[in-house]
Amino acid sequence: MVRMTGSQILLECLQREGVSTIFGYPGGVVLPLYDTLPQFPALRHVLVRHEQGAAHMADGYARASGEVGVCLATSGPGATNLVTGIATSFLDSTPMVAITGNVARTLLGKDGFQEADITGITQPITKHNYLVMRAENIAMTVREAFHIARSGRPGPVHVDIPKDVFQEEAEFEWPEEINLRGYRPTTKGHAGMIRRAADAINKAKRPIIISGHGIIWGDSSDELVELAEKAQIPVITTFLGIGGFPETHPLSYGFLGMHGMYHANMAADEADVVIGIGMRFDDRAMGRFNDFNPDATIVHIDIDPAEIGKNLPTAIPVVGHVKRVLPELTERLDEHDRSQWLGWIDKVEEEHPSLEIRETRRLIPQEIVRTLYEETNGKATLVTGVGQHQMWAGQHYFYDSPRKLVSSGGLGTMGFELPAAIGAQMGMPESEVWAICGDAGFQMTMQELAVCVDERLPVKIAIMNNGYLGMVRQWQELFYDENFVSVAVTQPDFCKLAEAYGIRALRIESKSEVLPAVQEARNYDGPILLDFHVDQDENVWPMVPAGAALSETIEMPEKELVR
Amino acid sequence: MTTTNGTKPGQHTVVAIVEDKPGVLQRVAGLFRRRGFNIESLAVGPTEFEGLSRMTIIVDGASAPVEQVEKQLYKLIDVVKVSDLTHEDAITRELALLKVRCNNVNRHELLDIANVFRADVVDMATNSLMLQVVGDEDKINGLIKMCEPYGIRELSRTGTIAMTRGQKTTTVHESEPEAIARVHQSQGRRVEADLPFSSD
Ligand SMILES: Cc1ncc(C[n+]2csc(CCOP(=O)(O)OP(=O)(O)O)c2C)c(N)n1
Ligand SMILES: [Mg+2]
Repeated sequence: MVRMTGSQILLECLQREGVSTIFGYPGGVVLPLYDTLPQFPALRHVLVRHEQGAAHMADGYARASGEVGVCLATSGPGATNLVTGIATSFLDSTPMVAITGNVARTLLGKDGFQEADITGITQPITKHNYLVMRAENIAMTVREAFHIARSGRPGPVHVDIPKDVFQEEAEFEWPEEINLRGYRPTTKGHAGMIRRAADAINKAKRPIIISGHGIIWGDSSDELVELAEKAQIPVITTFLGIGGFPETHPLSYGFLGMHGMYHANMAADEADVVIGIGMRFDDRAMGRFNDFNPDATIVHIDIDPAEIGKNLPTAIPVVGHVKRVLPELTERLDEHDRSQWLGWIDKVEEEHPSLEIRETRRLIPQEIVRTLYEETNGKATLVTGVGQHQMWAGQHYFYDSPRKLVSSGGLGTMGFELPAAIGAQMGMPESEVWAICGDAGFQMTMQELAVCVDERLPVKIAIMNNGYLGMVRQWQELFYDENFVSVAVTQPDFCKLAEAYGIRALRIESKSEVLPAVQEARNYDGPILLDFHVDQDENVWPMVPAGAALSETIEMPEKELVR
Repeated sequence: MTTTNGTKPGQHTVVAIVEDKPGVLQRVAGLFRRRGFNIESLAVGPTEFEGLSRMTIIVDGASAPVEQVEKQLYKLIDVVKVSDLTHEDAITRELALLKVRCNNVNRHELLDIANVFRADVVDMATNSLMLQVVGDEDKINGLIKMCEPYGIRELSRTGTIAMTRGQKTTTVHESEPEAIARVHQSQGRRVEADLPFSSD
């Protein structure tokens, strides 16, 4: 055993957990920790420009690489700035460890300078959180935090450490074992339930799989493909499930939900057995719960028992890890010819194409995303903000492998795009990472451009500049009688802004400029910003209006076809 | 109408075995708060195991959402076990202290009432006495009602605690019988048979 300070113990433990990158921002109470950082040269500290950026970077890092992302902030305002990013991670179940400093133990609870009750604040938006009151507890806390963040249904864990605990000395011993009697995620599916699920699927005439984020975090794409192929079951995904099943696979039918494919929504509504795998029947995916396909038998496979029956009555629940459950289920499934059912969906798709890009005079974002797809052969990683551009990035790029679409689905956090893209690029240095940004969302976190420069990251930043809070404008147009209120946004000249940071920039205003710009960006070894001036009035289709059922999906109205 | 254990209609009796750690009460209460449920009664105390506390929570709310909260309780890292005793054959008890006004004339009447309710006199002064009574909610309400005409100066009640009758227990075991584990899991609950402490 060695005597070390709390700071040394923390950094030593982070290293042993495999951490290589910390996204952080210093301040008073974490100074002892920063003072110690140079003793750990293998830990790369990325200085962000706002702590929200640190949390999104850690999240983007995690989503792209599959590893736990780590962010760090000082007490009070530093810690509260992390909150949006932690909540974003929580709603999408991504593994993150957020570390904050707090005021010294004797000052806790006295409203001293820069004190916030941050564990009180993060408690409902974390999988678990800790206030570490002794240096000797840091090692076990870090071990538990990483274990909890990455196992079971992943999620963010917050560790709050008072300033004097960083300075306190303690004997360091690496805890080999973790003993959490209240935390034992069920991994093995119940054999009887798997049998019942198999029976229901074998008898089904029109089964459909809805696969979610859990397939990606459960690293079970191959197992899913095997299952679907053997039983010839069509697969649709949730928005966060995109890429969990290869989108160019003949059994892939896109994603469902509010802006999902028309045929995917209809197929989910027509199916006799709906098999939800690693997903949570969210309202954005399922439409109005009461009218979701009332005749279907629902099979739900998920690692989180609290999701079973939460939104829809589940006939056959299987709680377990998809990696263990899917092969066992596949084994019990009959080989099947379901050409009739597949043909039905194909026909709907043919009659109601959702992904056709119509001829337009003006530059539309769909076309930019499609060009990007063709140019990158579907190999790039797209990191989006929230809004119309997010939906088009989901729709018009085809993702054949997991972790290629990084997006805030659950919380829908604008401003996620740039910092998450930075995190994704740092997690996957060899990947081609594109930040697909909204012109409004970009302005929420654009100060992180500086990080692209600091860290020499070749992130490609594409702004879908429609001059609007586009998605909100769409709702005001469709559901609030075109009463446009506070949705037009003025912007700086994004190109000049980028150049002010020393980042190359291109302004694209017409269709003919798209391809050359994309090619130029791809050939450029460094951060580059593309400011695409796109049609302002374009809407996202298909659409399930808020509160409507999937069966009520609306396609693009005639009047919008010509533009 | 009440169930066999005294749980009122619309109410649920939930027992949670939790780690005895700071913040655990807030975590548990937070899940009920988030749904807008009111906690009617709460009792927390040690168990037969060191480091584990037992919470008995009585909450108002429709069954389906309360059951969902119970599943979410299970997810809390510091919660080791959750049981719903609403429909169980269980003993429920609370304790109350009542300071009742009295004088030399009516003191005997009060003592008679206390006797009927098997309440103990734990303190006596010239113009008041303190009664201690143990029982289910109805019994305590009954005593309070009888004392009201004399004037209740102060009332303090513990939360309700509950325990199933017979062989069955609500506590944690190193390994629960397979059968119970299967029931848990068919309801989408955690498999207890995987004990002790196996996780991925
Ligand atoms: C932080 C935050 N605030 C508000 C919203 C509500 N909101 C959803 S989409 C949207 C507009 C986004 O505009 P932009 O980033 O330009 O993307 P576009 O829809 O135009 O593609 C807004 C305001 C949100 N999702 N996140
Ligand atoms: Mg916009």
